[in-house]
Amino acid sequence: MIDPIFLVEAAVNGIMLGGVLALLALGLNLIFGVLDIVWIAYVDLVMVAMYAVYFLVMVYGWPIWLGGLGGVVVGVALGILVHLLIITPILDSPPVNQLLATGGLLFFLQSIATFLWSTDHKSVRVSLPSIELGGIFVSYPRLIAFVLSILVMVGLYLFLTRTFIGTAIRAVSQDRGAMALMGASPQKIYVVTSAVGGAMAGVAAALLSIQYSVHPYFGAAFGPITFMICVLGGLGNMVGAFIASFVMSEIIAIGGVVWSTEMGYVIAFALFIVMMFARPGGILAKRQ
Amino acid sequence: MSMLELRTVTAGYGQFTALWDVSLAVERGEAVAVVGPNGAGKTTLLRVISGVIPPRHGDLVFEGASLAGRPAHEVVAHGIAHVPEGRRLFPKLTVAENLKMGAFLPRARKAYRESLERVSALFPALAERQKQRAGSLSGGEQQMLAIGRALMSRPQLILFDEPSMGLAPVMVLRLFDLIRRVREEGYTMLIVEQNVRQVLKLVDRAYLLEVGRVRMEGRAAELSEQDFVRKAYVGL
Ligand SMILES: Nc1ncnc2c1ncn2[C@@H]1O[C@H](COP(=O)(O)OP(=O)(O)OP(=O)(O)O)[C@@H](O)[C@H]1O
Ligand SMILES: [Mg+2]
Repeated sequence: MIDPIFLVEAAVNGIMLGGVLALLALGLNLIFGVLDIVWIAYVDLVMVAMYAVYFLVMVYGWPIWLGGLGGVVVGVALGILVHLLIITPILDSPPVNQLLATGGLLFFLQSIATFLWSTDHKSVRVSLPSIELGGIFVSYPRLIAFVLSILVMVGLYLFLTRTFIGTAIRAVSQDRGAMALMGASPQKIYVVTSAVGGAMAGVAAALLSIQYSVHPYFGAAFGPITFMICVLGGLGNMVGAFIASFVMSEIIAIGGVVWSTEMGYVIAFALFIVMMFARPGGILAKRQ
Repeated sequence: MSMLELRTVTAGYGQFTALWDVSLAVERGEAVAVVGPNGAGKTTLLRVISGVIPPRHGDLVFEGASLAGRPAHEVVAHGIAHVPEGRRLFPKLTVAENLKMGAFLPRARKAYRESLERVSALFPALAERQKQRAGSLSGGEQQMLAIGRALMSRPQLILFDEPSMGLAPVMVLRLFDLIRRVREEGYTMLIVEQNVRQVLKLVDRAYLLEVGRVRMEGRAAELSEQDFVRKAYVGL
């Protein structure tokens, strides 16, 4: 029998993990909601931004917070570049071609990262202790990552609901054609959205850097779970993605202490498949 | 010179041609109707004018400037607002947010407060529902919002595509009254309608479109006398 304290600890760690996963899922969902394109390579952009954080901090000696901001800047630049170089030419192509193009980018990024930086795991050393809260140990970097990801998501919410351009982004996600009739150049809105999505990837990169080491296949570790969360929450549904992030992270974390981390993933994927039959429109979709 | 002039415009979708050599003019201050049966190309005509689809041949001149081939977001900056078929509101945005999006153009954004007052004066029902989601409004209110949103861009010419579609008969009459009031504010308008009898009471001139061609045009009063228009479209 497992000591209940471990379960509580796992649950707390699950919530912490859920924060960063939600960040990834919301970034991916934001872009999908506006452009109707799934950036298959989204978490691979995170991987590239994590290398940026690593080099800025470990090679150029920037303080960690500044290196993190550098990662965000790199994320924004990547988001805009991906839109202009890859998405713009295929905007009107069939969805299959779009998936292939962004999927191709994934392999390109993995290969180029392997070529440039080898397959070695590289980590940003942050010597922060675990903290104890009533018998539960929580890693300090995880706590920081969780709090910052929640703050960034609150920021995203305020941006989308309180600013003019944020409102325009929501409007485009509801009706692109009508927004063009209002005088909004679709391309301009797309670029802004991709930049914001890139910024989310950059923030996630900074927050993941203090918890995990980076390697060229980092995207393979976090990519599938991110897509599952988006689909489970209902593609394009921000609230659904937020909830699904915590459902998934709890399953992985609790499954991890009860059986093993691998088993946690197996259960998460199994639940995903079951849910796809039970509720293909996502957890918040109304049943037909 | 006419405010808006279409010269032998041909347009369509892919291989399909929906408009054949359509010529049409709207004078400043006029209200003009385009009527015709389903599939005649009325919506296509408005889409060509507002830049949603480009004309294949022919020219489109507004206030002396050729707009042929300009994308929709540039056309609206020239002063043409399009109230599209089916309203096309942003259903999850509030009434206030929908109106704000209507004022997307920098020029319109500067005059936002003033425009909002004008729209609220025209449609008091909207002013009371500022915080409500557009999708939760009644059909009539949604149409008012669609018109109000178009006014927010401070247009000179407004294109209406079947504003009475899907409304209850009582609401249709109220809507035509409201459009009449919009007209009294000095806007020039081009209205596509199935409700021929009502729209002919409102406009100065009308065009009859059939399978992509202009079949007839004339003063509204004369056109409503024409026997086949009455039979086919007024339903007498
Ligand atoms: N997006 C489209 N793609 C292909 N064909 C289209 C498209 N939209 C309209 N059409 C075709 O073009 C023709 C004209 O359509 P349009 O919508 O302009 O007619 P309408 O006069 O507005 O009809 P309604 O009274 O039903 O609104 C029709 O034959 C229609 O099937
Ligand atoms: Mg139509």
